[in-house]
Amino acid sequence: MPGFKGTLKHFFDRKTFEVHAVTDVSFKITRGEIVGFLGANGAGKTTLLKMMCGLIHPSRGLVDVCGFSPQRRQTAFLKEITLVMGQKQQLIWDLPPMDSFYVNAAVYGLADFEAKERINELADMLEIGEELTRPVRKLSLGQRMKAELLVALLHKPSVLFLDEPTLGLDVNAQARVRSFLSEYNKKTGATILLTSHYMADITALCPRVICIHKGNLFYDGDLDSLANSLSPSREVKVELKNPCSRDQFDKYGEIQDFNDRFISLLVSRDKLTEIISNLLTNFDIIDLEISDPPIDQLIGELFIKGEVN
Amino acid sequence: MYRYFKTIRLFWSTAFASQLEYQLNFLIELLAMLGTLLGSVFILSLFFTGGRQLGDWTWESALVIQGVYTFLDGLTNALLRPNLTEIVNYVREGTLDYVLLKPIDSQFWLSVKKFSFAGLPEIILGLSIVFWASIQTGSSFSIYSLSVFIISLFIGFIILYSVWFLIAASSIWFVKTWNATEVLRALLAAGRYPISAYPIILRFIFTLVLPVAFLTTFPAEAILGDLKLHILFFGLMLSSVFFVLSRLFWKFALRHYTSASS
Repeated sequence: MPGFKGTLKHFFDRKTFEVHAVTDVSFKITRGEIVGFLGANGAGKTTLLKMMCGLIHPSRGLVDVCGFSPQRRQTAFLKEITLVMGQKQQLIWDLPPMDSFYVNAAVYGLADFEAKERINELADMLEIGEELTRPVRKLSLGQRMKAELLVALLHKPSVLFLDEPTLGLDVNAQARVRSFLSEYNKKTGATILLTSHYMADITALCPRVICIHKGNLFYDGDLDSLANSLSPSREVKVELKNPCSRDQFDKYGEIQDFNDRFISLLVSRDKLTEIISNLLTNFDIIDLEISDPPIDQLIGELFIKGEVN
Repeated sequence: MYRYFKTIRLFWSTAFASQLEYQLNFLIELLAMLGTLLGSVFILSLFFTGGRQLGDWTWESALVIQGVYTFLDGLTNALLRPNLTEIVNYVREGTLDYVLLKPIDSQFWLSVKKFSFAGLPEIILGLSIVFWASIQTGSSFSIYSLSVFIISLFIGFIILYSVWFLIAASSIWFVKTWNATEVLRALLAAGRYPISAYPIILRFIFTLVLPVAFLTTFPAEAILGDLKLHILFFGLMLSSVFFVLSRLFWKFALRHYTSASS
């Protein structure tokens, strides 16, 4: 209830109710995998991530990360994992990132020389250097995110939980964070679990995706087969040498677009090769292009529909 | 253990660096602190001109209480306020997540992360008043009375810290609890005067329910050599109970932590 009356009512009569953020989700991730979590805002991705790092206690069910029960937050477990949240920062705002690095190093019990070595190594990988001695508040968002990644990875964690690590970054900065993560994964064999709203992150990094919708898992598998199951057809664009009539193409697939020399068709995947060869024999074709419908669009539709075909 | 000491050292050196980052603010803070100091000295001078008796305390011994109060107030400004009021923000903004995922005791982190150097002069002034005033009363220090004094100061600080931390920890449920901590500061202010200056009912409450007496009166009695040993033992027990309670309550509270949305 909005307005002043609503405010008063909310002050005196506060109702609490249980919300099931995540139900019936189970999956297994092996060491070294990069897995992307997909879902609309409020689908339960972050809740899931927080349960896996032990911040939220599941009311029912079992979570096991590297043989630990995360909610107990044992020291040995905490040294294995790290959490990076694109929205929240852990660097000390008024000081250079370098100061925060050494505080964290002390907390994790790293000796100064170890910390220094590690900082240099990660700074090289992230292509950041001189910025680390400037106060955090004077850094750009991209530089800050790199520093956040650095501070989160100081203790050589083997499992990385990344909650929208590229949020708000420009295209180049996003690409650099992505290439860093993939390099880090190859170099150290660390497991990476990430959520992102940018499909580019997911397509570039995650061979495997887990889709969450309204707290339920509805897809777990590789990205390509998700795309296949989401859209059983591919788009075929043809440029003809001579103009043809529209009805000649009806039998090949669903016509998306037509103007006498350019035709765009939706062709089902299993008939694709057959239809292409037919097209090539029956028409005089200058150019031919086969493409997948953009994945973001598919995922977007998926979230609205809420199911996989 | 070494890890904890090193962490504190880095916490406080970064806290100092952060405070120096804004020169003007730091200067204003120094000025404000100087003002507070002058204020408390002024109040003290009023005591000197009064010439009345407070409970069964002479002016000089009441001054010792003022010293202890100033010392605790300094410690509050240096350590308790910057850290414990910040817990609310950690909860509200969800940055508590980062603290909870560090392989270090989260209560330790939240309690010592910051140190405000503006509290230091009050701490020094407080101690100086304590020693000067107790010399004026003609009592002589012994290793015994000094160690009892230090122990009872420690007891007082632990009690204050634990109660404050308990209130701050409740922000896990209520999110904003700043007002509650203000009540606590008022309570500390009640410790400016000897317990025996209060009516009998308040005396009882301040000793057993809200242990204000342990904050200022008992440490003052300790340096004056008047503190009964059984009170010291009772204080040790009470402060341990409060401290353990604050830890248990924090552990319990964390089970209910839901974290803020990302």
